[in-house]
Amino acid sequence: MEKVTITIDGQKVEVPAGTRVLDAAAIAGIKIPTLCAYSALDYYPGACRVCIVQVEGMRGLQASCALPVRDGMVISTRSKEVIEARKTVIELLLSSGVHDCNTCPRNNNCELQTLAEMYNIRTNPYGNALVNKREKGKDDAGPALVRDYDRCILCGRCVQTCAVVQTVNAIDFADRGYKAHISAAGFPNIVDSYCINCGQCILACPVGALYEKEDVDNVIDAINDPEKIVVVQTAPATRISLGEELDMPYGSIVTGKMVAALRRLGFKYVFDTDFSADLTIIEEGHELIHRIQNGGTLPMITSCSPGWIRFCETFYPDLLDHLSTCKSPQQMMGAVIKAYWAKKVGIDPSKIVSVSIMPCTAKKYECQRPEMRSSGYQDVDYVLTTRELGRWIRQAGIDFSKLPEEHYDDPLGESSGAGVIFGATGGVMEAALRTVYEVILNKPLPKIEFESVRGEQGVREAVIDLDGKEVKVAIAHGLGNARKLLDKIRAGECDYTFIEIMTCPGGCLGGGGQPIPTNTEIRAKRTEAIYRADEGLPIRKSHENPSIKKIYEDYFEKPLSEKSHHLLHTHYTPRPVIVPNDN
Amino acid sequence: MAILTEEKKEQIDKIIEKYDINDGALLMLLKEVQELFDNSLPVDVLDYIGHKLERPLSQLYGVSTFYSMFSNKPRGKYIIRICESPPCHLMGSDSIIDCVKRELGIDVGETTKDGKFTLETSSCLGICAVAPAMMINDQMYGNLTPDKIKQILSSMH
Repeated sequence: MEKVTITIDGQKVEVPAGTRVLDAAAIAGIKIPTLCAYSALDYYPGACRVCIVQVEGMRGLQASCALPVRDGMVISTRSKEVIEARKTVIELLLSSGVHDCNTCPRNNNCELQTLAEMYNIRTNPYGNALVNKREKGKDDAGPALVRDYDRCILCGRCVQTCAVVQTVNAIDFADRGYKAHISAAGFPNIVDSYCINCGQCILACPVGALYEKEDVDNVIDAINDPEKIVVVQTAPATRISLGEELDMPYGSIVTGKMVAALRRLGFKYVFDTDFSADLTIIEEGHELIHRIQNGGTLPMITSCSPGWIRFCETFYPDLLDHLSTCKSPQQMMGAVIKAYWAKKVGIDPSKIVSVSIMPCTAKKYECQRPEMRSSGYQDVDYVLTTRELGRWIRQAGIDFSKLPEEHYDDPLGESSGAGVIFGATGGVMEAALRTVYEVILNKPLPKIEFESVRGEQGVREAVIDLDGKEVKVAIAHGLGNARKLLDKIRAGECDYTFIEIMTCPGGCLGGGGQPIPTNTEIRAKRTEAIYRADEGLPIRKSHENPSIKKIYEDYFEKPLSEKSHHLLHTHYTPRPVIVPNDN
Repeated sequence: MAILTEEKKEQIDKIIEKYDINDGALLMLLKEVQELFDNSLPVDVLDYIGHKLERPLSQLYGVSTFYSMFSNKPRGKYIIRICESPPCHLMGSDSIIDCVKRELGIDVGETTKDGKFTLETSSCLGICAVAPAMMINDQMYGNLTPDKIKQILSSMH
């Protein structure tokens, strides 16, 4: 690749031709601030103007994110003029919204706030001069996402994420000039739009304009209600990320401490979604075998990820028959708690408040779907994101580092390594293969790990050898990648038997409810932790989990039984977006 | 109120065919569709176009709100756009706007009850030599005075 030499702040540096000045500076060890550029998506819009630099021979200041280097370029990133101008830009950004840090969910974790601190912003010379002309207030009508127009700085990262990562395109810029805002295609409430509630936009937002619908207060009220018995389940991907919210290094496995913290917060029973992930594998594995042996619709596609389900119902309703009828692990657990466990321990299910801790915002939407009431009640009452739980633990004054490692409550707390890896892309596939192999062939796996289905690539294929019979599988994470597989199925060009689709990049460990920041490097550390957690468990196959065996003996009788169909399976319906004629 | 009937859908389909699908033609296409719906692009109409063109509704909505030649709310048969650029301003565009408001009994951005006229302002129309100027649909008018306004409007009644 052609190289050019440039001088940044007196330092000569050689960089590939075409590199943007912002990235060239990073190569030279100089961090230019930006609130809009998003290199992971190759997004350099020059929108926020914070990254301005001075270039010799060029008039005015240049947005370094939008400026490619030229050989011999002499750049200053910290001259007096640059710093003064950046301060003005920050002041103007502050004046363009209501940046009331104390009441913002991103307080202490906000890129604009960090810059204001770093640049010694001590006054607010422009007041709120620009706020009033814009779309105002909040959209908090839906169960999953809240959008606060007043905090939006119009960087466009959310738009880019929705379009490029997810190809959902629910949002885009609307209007112009002072009235410009991010619009869900004119829908006042994003929940009515094409949005699938994945929350990737939240991870992209540099400020507090996007966040999850917060449910902690509702859960605390339930815990304080003496009539209620409040139980909780924790998703696979929360145990390897919650530590980040509590000052621990990326990739810390905090399973036991999380259980201890939840007991101290007042939950009567702490269950593990990994248990119901194992249950999912038993049901889904047998469903796959059934489809293979009986000429059912193939490829079968996983159904654990509620953003993906909504995506399929809205954009690919013709492919709904490919979806496994299995509920997600969260909803299986919810149904099992209120329908099976309540009876077993003699608790009136109407008194149970069922909470789940999820790396996900779409789970908040999923638990409110009308189909998710097989116990006769709403199966899962409240969903808290990893972020919400982290904040609550801090609020409760619990010193997380000093907590002992505690165990989940039986029997819905026993799980296998196969359940844990649900949190990573390829994990559901691998967990299913571990079980399907042994069930179909009735002999032990030569090697537990299916390395060929792991990895970071957006779309992956593998051929699995089932004793001479080859089964072709595929995995996609991020719905933009999923679309590639779905279009192949539509075109009839697909010979896969089984496909795993996860809504979010990296799988659940990169979910929209995970700690901020979440990026490629952090996802890699969480992935490593997930597989480490799997390796550390004595049982690593779902069908070897003793509590799973027991629940079939006690209750479900066998996989795909009538009882399991009632509690553990669901159905899907096309869900087109209805655009009202409001003329 | 214009509703997206099967008949209108057929008309939209014809317009879409005419323009082929590429980015450059989108504005022309929307402008023509707008004429079927009281000079407006209701969001359900945009959604229909989006499905036909395989373009997201959010993008079409963004385009329709960015350009002042589009509106999502119904407008009059005649759209009056009075130039607000400095030359027209100096030549008295304020009094022209006031005159139209008085004559039609509407404010800027509003439509007369009979659905005939909508009053808007515009940036430079490019005919500064005859300032103050305005445009009604595709027709330009210059050297405007309140008397001339009354005459033009009454010729359209």
